[in-house]
Amino acid sequence: MAHGPAKGLTRWLYTTNHKDIGSMYLWFSFAMFFLGGIFALVIRAELFEPGLQIVQPEFFNQMTTMHGLVMVFGAVMPAFVGLANWMVPMMIGAPDMALPRMNNLSFWILPFAFAMLASTLFMEGGGPNFGWTFYAPLSTTYAPPSVTFFIFAIHIMGASSIMGAINIIATILNMRAPGMTLMKMPLFVWTWLITAYLLIAVMPVLAGAVTMMLMDIHFGTSFFDAAGGGDPVLFQHVFWFFGHPEVYIMILPAFGVVSAIIPTFARKPLFGYSSMVYATAAIAILSFMVWAHHMFTVGLPFIGEWVFMIATMAIAVPTGVKVFNWVTTMYKGALTFETPMLFSIAFVILFTIGGFSGLMLAIAPADFQYHDTYFVVAHFHYVLVPGAIFSITAAVYYWLPKWCGRMYDEVLGKTHFWLAFIGLNLTFFPMHFSGLAGMPRRIPDYNPLFANWNMLSSVGAFLFGAAQVLFLYIVIRAIVSGRKATDQVWEGAHGLEWTVPSPAPYHTFTTPPKVD
Amino acid sequence: MEKGTRKTVLRLALSAVLMFVAVFTIMPPLYTLLCEVTGLRKVGGAYEAEEIKVDAERWVNVQFVATHNDAMPWEFRPMTYKVKVNPGQKTVIKYFAKNNTDRPMVAQAVPSITPFSAVNYFHKIECFCFNHQPLEGGESAELGLEFVVDQDLPKQVTTITLSYTLFDITEQAKPGLAQLN
Repeated sequence: MAHGPAKGLTRWLYTTNHKDIGSMYLWFSFAMFFLGGIFALVIRAELFEPGLQIVQPEFFNQMTTMHGLVMVFGAVMPAFVGLANWMVPMMIGAPDMALPRMNNLSFWILPFAFAMLASTLFMEGGGPNFGWTFYAPLSTTYAPPSVTFFIFAIHIMGASSIMGAINIIATILNMRAPGMTLMKMPLFVWTWLITAYLLIAVMPVLAGAVTMMLMDIHFGTSFFDAAGGGDPVLFQHVFWFFGHPEVYIMILPAFGVVSAIIPTFARKPLFGYSSMVYATAAIAILSFMVWAHHMFTVGLPFIGEWVFMIATMAIAVPTGVKVFNWVTTMYKGALTFETPMLFSIAFVILFTIGGFSGLMLAIAPADFQYHDTYFVVAHFHYVLVPGAIFSITAAVYYWLPKWCGRMYDEVLGKTHFWLAFIGLNLTFFPMHFSGLAGMPRRIPDYNPLFANWNMLSSVGAFLFGAAQVLFLYIVIRAIVSGRKATDQVWEGAHGLEWTVPSPAPYHTFTTPPKVD
Repeated sequence: MEKGTRKTVLRLALSAVLMFVAVFTIMPPLYTLLCEVTGLRKVGGAYEAEEIKVDAERWVNVQFVATHNDAMPWEFRPMTYKVKVNPGQKTVIKYFAKNNTDRPMVAQAVPSITPFSAVNYFHKIECFCFNHQPLEGGESAELGLEFVVDQDLPKQVTTITLSYTLFDITEQAKPGLAQLN
């Protein structure tokens, strides 16, 4: 049974090993993170000063759209799937994923989807320019011809996500080691189990939405065309029925990561394990009842505004339970502040700030003022960058020694953290103010009134970008020449993944461990 | 593949397919139904005029707007852009439409009323939007609208805007077009 990986390129093409596939997912998402980051820097460079300096408005719109699409579907989601591939089997004592061949397929269709999406930028009429939310009729009647390629790219990404989700659920439900009951699973496994159910529920909805667009554009239907008896507002309902669970798909695994890291460096077990599980499930269920809070200004009936406002605010309760548990875990712990812990603490603080601005946006009457301004941009970047991105970064620092058997450089890691932390706040905090002052989203030019805030944001964005280049260097340096890691790696680490050698052998738990 | 795994996979794959199908088959009709239940799509059918007293104390501005759906080549505009009326008072205004092409076409006007709170208090007694509007190439017509504003119109509403969007329904109304010829 002790055969190692195959040699050469075909190892990666044909591999069915969860660790190989996890690594490929992580490297792919890292590449997409830089691509989406370059798009973001084009946006920030143009917005450094009022007026048009660097790009034309048409191209600017393509940049905002592609930045969002690449970051959501290319960077954050594959990174979490990569983490799940690496960690879920090792955490539950399984030898591999339940469906290894499908695992290979669900990764390998992704590069083609993103190659197709990126190629639209070079097509006649340019790439998608209607925002990552692709509202009809902007994405149907008024879309560039390349929209068809965009639709197929989304179809492929959706297929990949659904296959990945089926695989993860099948693994967790059927392949746990003896004694690993559901309520003994690490929270990362729990959050991914719930996330995978969300994916299976809503990725088909996204696929349905783009299919209806495709039919409206090419086959003469009018789902979203008022002239044929359809309704563009229906698009927004369908999109956000997918879109709101989607934002929890991007954050629930992050909760799992942070719930693994904080106990390790606080040297205390996680406070309120079962309440964490129930809070995660509650957030997932509520996520299906709040979609219209993205559409308060479309003309909902009063009762609709009221219901969606209350349901949205209710999400603060389970989220508050989680934040309380993380803080209580740290309380009176023997805390040390290694890089993964720094990113996790920053996660707790900054994600909470993003949650508060979310509560402000949830107030329907106030939302009419904030809608489509930079306040919204500030809000969702505060939940996604220090939320999803910081937790992925923390996870990489935390588990990298287990993956490659070598430690990263702690001084460089902390430097990365502080550069990213300062860069992030400098970029996104001023957007709260420009947004409250009325600066609209998705515009290449703006009133000079907002010039100072925008200049700060742009400086912060380039600092944040530079910090990520340092991150790439740190990871490569650790893999090539890092100091050897011990098997347990972290003094306070518990769990099955720390009982195997570092680096983790190509096959782990071929005989299931005994969990008591 | 182990039996338990196969069962899980089949169940999940089936749910994914069902969700995909539901997007087409359930969501659009459900949305239409909800719009009707909540009255969101209510723009008023014909109104049976009843004897109501004219409230001469109160004045309401009624504005008229015309828009074309994207590819509609007709000329279409209100002949009166704004009237001041008393609630309870019947008023007639006219829209002008001209088929600028050289082929016979059929149009349908779809109304929309703002603010939303006025929708239930704006009554159309006679409206060109109740019918298809067939016009020969180059032909023009004056389209009548008779309406009355209800006396129970909420106090805060001082201006009602009535907007018509003109749609080209020549394709869908082929049988009607044959009669015209």
